[in-house]
Amino acid sequence: MDWWFFLEVFVGGLLSGVMYSLVALGFVLIFKASGVFNFAQGAMVLFAALTFVRLLEMGIPMLAAVGITMVIMVILAIAIERIVLRPLVNQDLIILFMATIGLNYFIEGMAQLVWDSKVHVLDLGIDEYDAFEIGEAFINKFDVYAALIAGGLVLVLSLFFRYTVIGRALRAVADDHQAALSVGIPLRTIWIYVWSTAGLVALVAGAVWGSKLGVQFAISSVALKAIPVLIIGGFTSIPGAILGGLIVGCGEKLAEVYLGGFVGGAIENWFPYMLALLVLMIRPEGIFGEKIIERV
Amino acid sequence: MFRFLSSITSFFVFFVVSIAIAGEHFVPITSYRTGPYGVSGAPAANGYVDYLKMINARDGGVAGVKLAWEECETAYKPDRFVECYERLKNKGEAGATVFQPLGTGLTYSVIDRLAADKIPLITMGYGRTDASDGSVFPWVFPLMANYWSISTAKIKFIGEQEGGMDNLKGLKIANVYHDSAYGKETLPVLLKQAEKYGFELKGFPVAHPGLDQKATWLNVRRYKPDYVILRGWGVMNQTSIKEAARQRIPANKLVGVIWSCSELDTVPAGKAAIGYNCSSLINPGSDYKVFDDILKYVYDAGEGTGEREEVGNQQNYKMGVLMGIMTVESINKATEKYGNKPMSGEQVRWGIENLDLNEARLKEMGIEGFIPAFKVSCSDHEGSAPVKFQTWNGKAFEPASDWISTDQSIVRPLIEASAAGYAKEKGITPGCNG
Amino acid sequence: MFYREAGQFKTSYKKDQAILPIFQDKIAMVGMLLFCFVVIPMFATDYWLTSILVPFLALSLAALGLNVLTGYAGQISLGTAAFMAVGAFAAFNLQVRVPEIPFLVAFLWGGLCAAGVGILFGLPSLRIKGFYLAVATLAAQFFIEWLFTHFDWFTNYSTSGVITAPPMTLLGMAIDNPLSKYFLVLSIVVICAFLIRNLIRSEIGRSWMAVRDMDIAAEAIGINLMKTKLLAFGVSSFLCGLSGALWAYVVLGTVEPQAFDIARSFEILFMVVIGGLGSVSGAFLGAGFMILLPILLNNLGALITGGTISTETIAHIEYMVFGALIIFFLIVEPNGLARLWQTGKEKLRLWPFPY
Repeated sequence: MDWWFFLEVFVGGLLSGVMYSLVALGFVLIFKASGVFNFAQGAMVLFAALTFVRLLEMGIPMLAAVGITMVIMVILAIAIERIVLRPLVNQDLIILFMATIGLNYFIEGMAQLVWDSKVHVLDLGIDEYDAFEIGEAFINKFDVYAALIAGGLVLVLSLFFRYTVIGRALRAVADDHQAALSVGIPLRTIWIYVWSTAGLVALVAGAVWGSKLGVQFAISSVALKAIPVLIIGGFTSIPGAILGGLIVGCGEKLAEVYLGGFVGGAIENWFPYMLALLVLMIRPEGIFGEKIIERV
Repeated sequence: MFRFLSSITSFFVFFVVSIAIAGEHFVPITSYRTGPYGVSGAPAANGYVDYLKMINARDGGVAGVKLAWEECETAYKPDRFVECYERLKNKGEAGATVFQPLGTGLTYSVIDRLAADKIPLITMGYGRTDASDGSVFPWVFPLMANYWSISTAKIKFIGEQEGGMDNLKGLKIANVYHDSAYGKETLPVLLKQAEKYGFELKGFPVAHPGLDQKATWLNVRRYKPDYVILRGWGVMNQTSIKEAARQRIPANKLVGVIWSCSELDTVPAGKAAIGYNCSSLINPGSDYKVFDDILKYVYDAGEGTGEREEVGNQQNYKMGVLMGIMTVESINKATEKYGNKPMSGEQVRWGIENLDLNEARLKEMGIEGFIPAFKVSCSDHEGSAPVKFQTWNGKAFEPASDWISTDQSIVRPLIEASAAGYAKEKGITPGCNG
Repeated sequence: MFYREAGQFKTSYKKDQAILPIFQDKIAMVGMLLFCFVVIPMFATDYWLTSILVPFLALSLAALGLNVLTGYAGQISLGTAAFMAVGAFAAFNLQVRVPEIPFLVAFLWGGLCAAGVGILFGLPSLRIKGFYLAVATLAAQFFIEWLFTHFDWFTNYSTSGVITAPPMTLLGMAIDNPLSKYFLVLSIVVICAFLIRNLIRSEIGRSWMAVRDMDIAAEAIGINLMKTKLLAFGVSSFLCGLSGALWAYVVLGTVEPQAFDIARSFEILFMVVIGGLGSVSGAFLGAGFMILLPILLNNLGALITGGTISTETIAHIEYMVFGALIIFFLIVEPNGLARLWQTGKEKLRLWPFPY
């Protein structure tokens, strides 16, 4: 058994998985605070990435571009809260989900209308082809940096939720909207905060994925990969998103390399979903998720 | 209520628009500027439209009759293509001249309607490969080279790189392909060639859309191939080129198909693509009179469809121009027999079947060297044109080979067998009626 | 004034249980059927028949299936297209291997196979519900798409992986022109619609609605959850499979697995939500909306701008209008177009009085 190869597949899978978690993080944030599964997260990643790369192309320095993109994402968050969320406040789960699907189409169309649908190369200054060589295994440097960025973001967000006032308010809102309102927590402002943070996460995810793949329409399909990550990690847990991502990334790669040959290959599309299904049957709330309590 | 309103509106639209384009050859342009492949489809559509505009401006149309066209967005979906086809097929005084779907799935969805509607289809370098046998498929023309022919050219190219076809023996060739009907199509002909020349072939499918190919390429690296054939489409291509670089597979060992051969694939891959070879139906470079004419007659007059920088410099754009060239030449040939009036689909079909683009004609059109000379006939709807290979130097494509002819001795029997099977299934009597 | 039940008495249980108890409804239904079977074929152009009406009917069948599952039984499913694919490929495979079988039998077979697969992928519904179930169906979607792409047996070893539907003949007549295709699809859809309407009104339909509203309570009053849920999956997938077979045979003529991808599943889900969850007419309204909207926008775009705006921009605007309309409908009327229609009918009963 070629151990170096196994190591490479394993580590490569973990690093891939971290990239998926970056996208899943945005979902978790929004679900945690408003109970909505935001299908439009993929479109937000695309929009943030397109805005960022176009600003860079116009010659604006990187930090300023980040700032401007963040402002635009906050404006988007406010608009979404006002136009989509507020009117649908008490509706069923499926209605809200459908609304975010509609939002997904809208943002995708808008992103391409405003910025255009060509492929844009995003250069973050990190060499994509350099790799650490450990024995016979190549561990790609870019993936490692992406993993560090994602890990850093998770750490910051976890700390934010645990130790700041806003973080506590967010957790309260996630627990029970009515109770939070009765204690005086401004629901609407909290939602704007959450969607903006999700926007920031979308920007980081977009920058990382865009740098890897080139910023283009296909990026929004990464959101589909994030769903099994969420199922496995739990919809409401930030560390769960990372763990779920690692499991999905790793499992997917290992399966493709070692099992794929027996069934004809290209199983990466459905394997994570089957994995998620397995987890669902055993532990429906995911590994770190909160237990689902249903009142009859 | 909604449906009622929309039907009224559509009725008026058809009425108004159909009046506007009498007295011209009507060219339907079924493009895809959006959707997952929009980045490839948009420049092609620009090229097509620009060429038509140029012919109108420079030559006053074809045989004295102007060209008219209408674009219809298909988003690369067969059902939308069918809708576009049905909507546009009767437009214009004589009906639509010819359709070029630029997509294999799209081609399949209308093949069965062509005979009844009497409209030909040009599918250059894609589509239904066995339609090269015109006796079974009188209305479909996979011009210049089809998937299988190009595959034989690729193996010849690899042979050239190795110093002779005999040196192919014992080589290991990996075929990384898009996991779809398109991707799998060349496996049989590759296996046949592997048998003939003695090389080993292994297939590595990439799950659609191919954003994350790490596992596939790890497998490829484990196989330690001497060459890797890349048969991708859309976003898969650039990811493949990048992953190959990450796995330390040199770019010059990658040989891509014509649909993995554009700036859209190499530019996002950055320096990983330098030295990447791929096949093309056209010569690289932009130094052709046809592009100068487009700039002069279309862009200088402010009528350019896309961006000026694209003209002659972008592979998909150039392919679009090629599509325009094929359409216009076919209409031109048809007018030789049927006279100087708007051509119908049936007449243009004759035109395509009798296309004879020899060196003299190419020179006349200002495209000598851009494409090779080739001739179409009833039994040979392809024309068996040779294929060029180009390599990416970081900024542009340069020629990597001369025009390599395709190996029809392998391809033709396969095509005839497949076409005969289709004829039997559908109850068609093959025959060349001319 | 016209739409009142005053003076209509039901004098037997049978009359009380009729599908259309009000006389005016009966007339409306007959009128609509006459319109579909007689008026439309007389006036519709080929374009309307092939590109708009036939796809509309085929997809509304799938929307009906999904409505049964999601609207009436409350199980969210995102794998509709996969079941359609099963139906299409199963029908094709049967006919290709046993050429003597009439195509209608092949369609039924396609539906049955799809029902089987639907029940299989519906098994997780016994353990998980709501959004998580949607994910299970997504697994079905991706897996089945992969299955048909990968194993050449399904496409009868065709080199291009595309299956071409064999020609259809019914009672000696070939069904190959738009008009005959239209009649075929219309007949199948009308029959299925009536059957489902009746099914919904029966005990099975009521147990589905009970499970939808609160499944624990339903179990408490004695409804067998497993049988009910799996039956919902089965019936729904049967309809989707039939729709897929129609799509392959009648609408496109050829089909590759990519025609039944996740975008198609979402399209049908939109139809159901916009049309109205839990109503038969909602499936049709939603399907009509989704099919006509892109065409209308395309044509409107061409008309208004006369070619000055690129088709690309129009397509982007289409996306945006689409998304905006979905959100708009969800805000204004979460129960969909069917509810709007129903409200209209209620108002009609009182007309010309305001209340």
